[in-house]
Amino acid sequence: MSEKPKLAMYWASSCGGCEISLVNIHEKILDVAAAFDFVFCPCLLDTKKKDVEAMPDKSLAVTLFNGAIRTDENEEMAKLLRRKSRLLVAFGSCASGGCIPGLSNLSSRADHLRAIYTDNLSTVNPEGVVPQTDTKVPEGNLHIPAFHERVRTLAQVTDVDYYIPGCPPESHQIWHVVEAIIKGATLPPPGSALGCTQSTVCDECQRTRGEKTISGFVRTYESIPDGQKCLLEQGVLCMGIATRGGCGSLCPQVNMPCAGCYGPPEGVTDQGARMVAALGSILDVGIGMSENEINQRVDALLEGMPDPAGTFYKFGLPGSLLGGKAS
Amino acid sequence: MKRIAIDPITRLEGHGKIEIFLNDGGEVENVYFQVPELRGFEAFCLGRLAEEMPIITNRICGVCPEAHHLASTKALDRLFDVDPPPAAKKIRELFYSTFYVTDHTTHFYALGGPDFVVGPDAPPAERNLLGVIKKVGVEVGKQVIACRSRNHHVIQMLGGRSIHPTAGQPGGWSKHVTETERAEIEQIAHQNLDFALFSLKVFDNIVLQNSRYREMVTGDTYMHKTYSMGTVDAQNRVNFYDGMIRVVDQEGNEVVKYPPEDYLQHIAEHVEPWTYMKFPYLKRIGWKGFVDGPESGVYAATPLTRLNVSDSMPTPRAQQEFERMYEVIGGRSTGSRHKPIHHRLATHWARLIELLYAAERMLELAKDPEITSPDVRRVPERIKGIGIGSVEAPRGTLTHHYETDERGVLTRVNMIVGTTNNHAPISMSIKKAAQELITKGKVVEEGILNRIEMAFRLYDPCLSCATHALPGQMPLLVTLRDASGNIVRTFRRSD
Repeated sequence: MSEKPKLAMYWASSCGGCEISLVNIHEKILDVAAAFDFVFCPCLLDTKKKDVEAMPDKSLAVTLFNGAIRTDENEEMAKLLRRKSRLLVAFGSCASGGCIPGLSNLSSRADHLRAIYTDNLSTVNPEGVVPQTDTKVPEGNLHIPAFHERVRTLAQVTDVDYYIPGCPPESHQIWHVVEAIIKGATLPPPGSALGCTQSTVCDECQRTRGEKTISGFVRTYESIPDGQKCLLEQGVLCMGIATRGGCGSLCPQVNMPCAGCYGPPEGVTDQGARMVAALGSILDVGIGMSENEINQRVDALLEGMPDPAGTFYKFGLPGSLLGGKAS
Repeated sequence: MKRIAIDPITRLEGHGKIEIFLNDGGEVENVYFQVPELRGFEAFCLGRLAEEMPIITNRICGVCPEAHHLASTKALDRLFDVDPPPAAKKIRELFYSTFYVTDHTTHFYALGGPDFVVGPDAPPAERNLLGVIKKVGVEVGKQVIACRSRNHHVIQMLGGRSIHPTAGQPGGWSKHVTETERAEIEQIAHQNLDFALFSLKVFDNIVLQNSRYREMVTGDTYMHKTYSMGTVDAQNRVNFYDGMIRVVDQEGNEVVKYPPEDYLQHIAEHVEPWTYMKFPYLKRIGWKGFVDGPESGVYAATPLTRLNVSDSMPTPRAQQEFERMYEVIGGRSTGSRHKPIHHRLATHWARLIELLYAAERMLELAKDPEITSPDVRRVPERIKGIGIGSVEAPRGTLTHHYETDERGVLTRVNMIVGTTNNHAPISMSIKKAAQELITKGKVVEEGILNRIEMAFRLYDPCLSCATHALPGQMPLLVTLRDASGNIVRTFRRSD
């Protein structure tokens, strides 16, 4: 029997980028393999769900759980791994906040099935066939997991000990966390976010900030921004001010706005609400002007922002106070 | 009727699942390859801003986000009716060639290659990257890690992030390349070229010089005569970034060549209730079920079919290898054109030829004086309201189709994704492998694990890159059930 602590990594509804980011710690992956017994990881190992079920409760030292909860199977695995793990980590933006696939909560399950299988440009489907959990075929019955009405975060189905945010978490940050665990460092209190800063992307950004206010928004395709100045002060909806740091401000370095993938900063629950609050102080709505003029300005501002939900909650709708469209 | 379930085979675009049914005579009656996962991008992208699609659709796949990023960016060029400056197109292609080098390298050394390099009959515990290293030397393992590392560094340099890049914009690219960056990329491209040539030598020494493996590659077990699809340039040469979609038939005759924006005239998708993934087929031939041959609209879109549809390679060294492969396996028809190869295991060889092409193309672009031009973006002047873009993803032709209102808010989204093209062919290859392995109810135990893996792995189904990364065992469990569903026996890969 090995004395090494047991490590598991599981993917629920996800894209695989979290695994690639882990693999992109490159040669340090060998240190991970040396420090842990990698006992369950469907992408790497031949350990099955029933093997996990057979493990004593709390026998896994750490489980890195990526992906959101969208199917029966995702939910079942989340609860099983919670039971078996001493530390359950919501790894990446899907597990932490719901991520981009969480925008799914703006429309219903039926809308999804319609857009993909029946009212779809390339699909020829006169019978209106949509996937079913159970299908009788000539040879027997076939089963696929049920597709839920909504996307949920890991914490919405079970207790989570730590969060490693990011879409995906940056490889060097993953290594920092893993290294700390290997060295037995004291971890912050449960519920904390690891592999990130306590501050915002803005604080990591090299662009210069003035005290400028803006009178309208510029969509990214509409202009070529100045390469040195703050994007938000140029009217580009950069989410850096309402986003947790840790990535090193990568997107603004290539002249693109922060999209918010590290989620809300320390102490903030709702990233979108924080962004709206932050905009309040930078928008020039024409204080001192007539009511009519102010209304016109506000209307123009809203006009320049046709998808507020998709802009402010791109990476965290399911985990936000908003949650999605009421169903 | 007996039933064999393999669940999950691996993570494809979700958890892949295979169900094999035997008839009363113990022969394979049918095989179902199911994708039990759906995230719904085509639905939840409605209402989003079109210009955000390159970073939204990245998240379809963390293994090939570069492909989605570019297909999306190209769709936006059309939607906003703007032609990017030449330097921007070259940077995009440079970025994409870099991605191809790392993606194909990973597949050969960590995923598909172990079947050959270590051997299909080797113990499963050795058929992985570590086994490859053991066979060809620890130095090679270090080189594979170094190759991934240096190319992800370039991807981040050009695209902003090494996973889920951000620099693609309608009308261009958000950053230009500095001379310092260019010089570093050129150096990396040289290393890639050496590594690609070395990899082909490894394949030659270990596979082609071994008569048993060579027989396996050129034999009938993994043969399917479907239509072939791929993107070609104006001279009918392979191109990953841009061109016309060409389809050739089982004999290599051109069936159609069309601009990507005409895809709806040529491709349709079939729905089955037992899987979330759809089945694309050639519209003019029609959906005839899971069969190959000229009467069936099933086509494949893989490294092998890309070479099948091309008359030649655009770079000299890749051309030499291309000629060699078609001499060894394909032969020539009466005209000058090579015959398509239908031996699906040759996809591994084709992938290495593409790796060499990607490395050569990366070097060409890194040396191009225009690559450092600061003129990398044109600001669009109007929203046309419809845009279709496509690239060759490593796993097949990738098409994005967007429609918007006058504000650029999405009203319709349709995508045909790399692996999806091959959903029917993968099912067919698994069935054929199963039929070879199971006769009169007798199951070749170790064989079924190895060869069913090989049948789908040659397609490099999405997310499979991660599959063999470390300990490298595919998560396979085979359960044999009787007609009432009782488990007769199970066998599985040992740890």
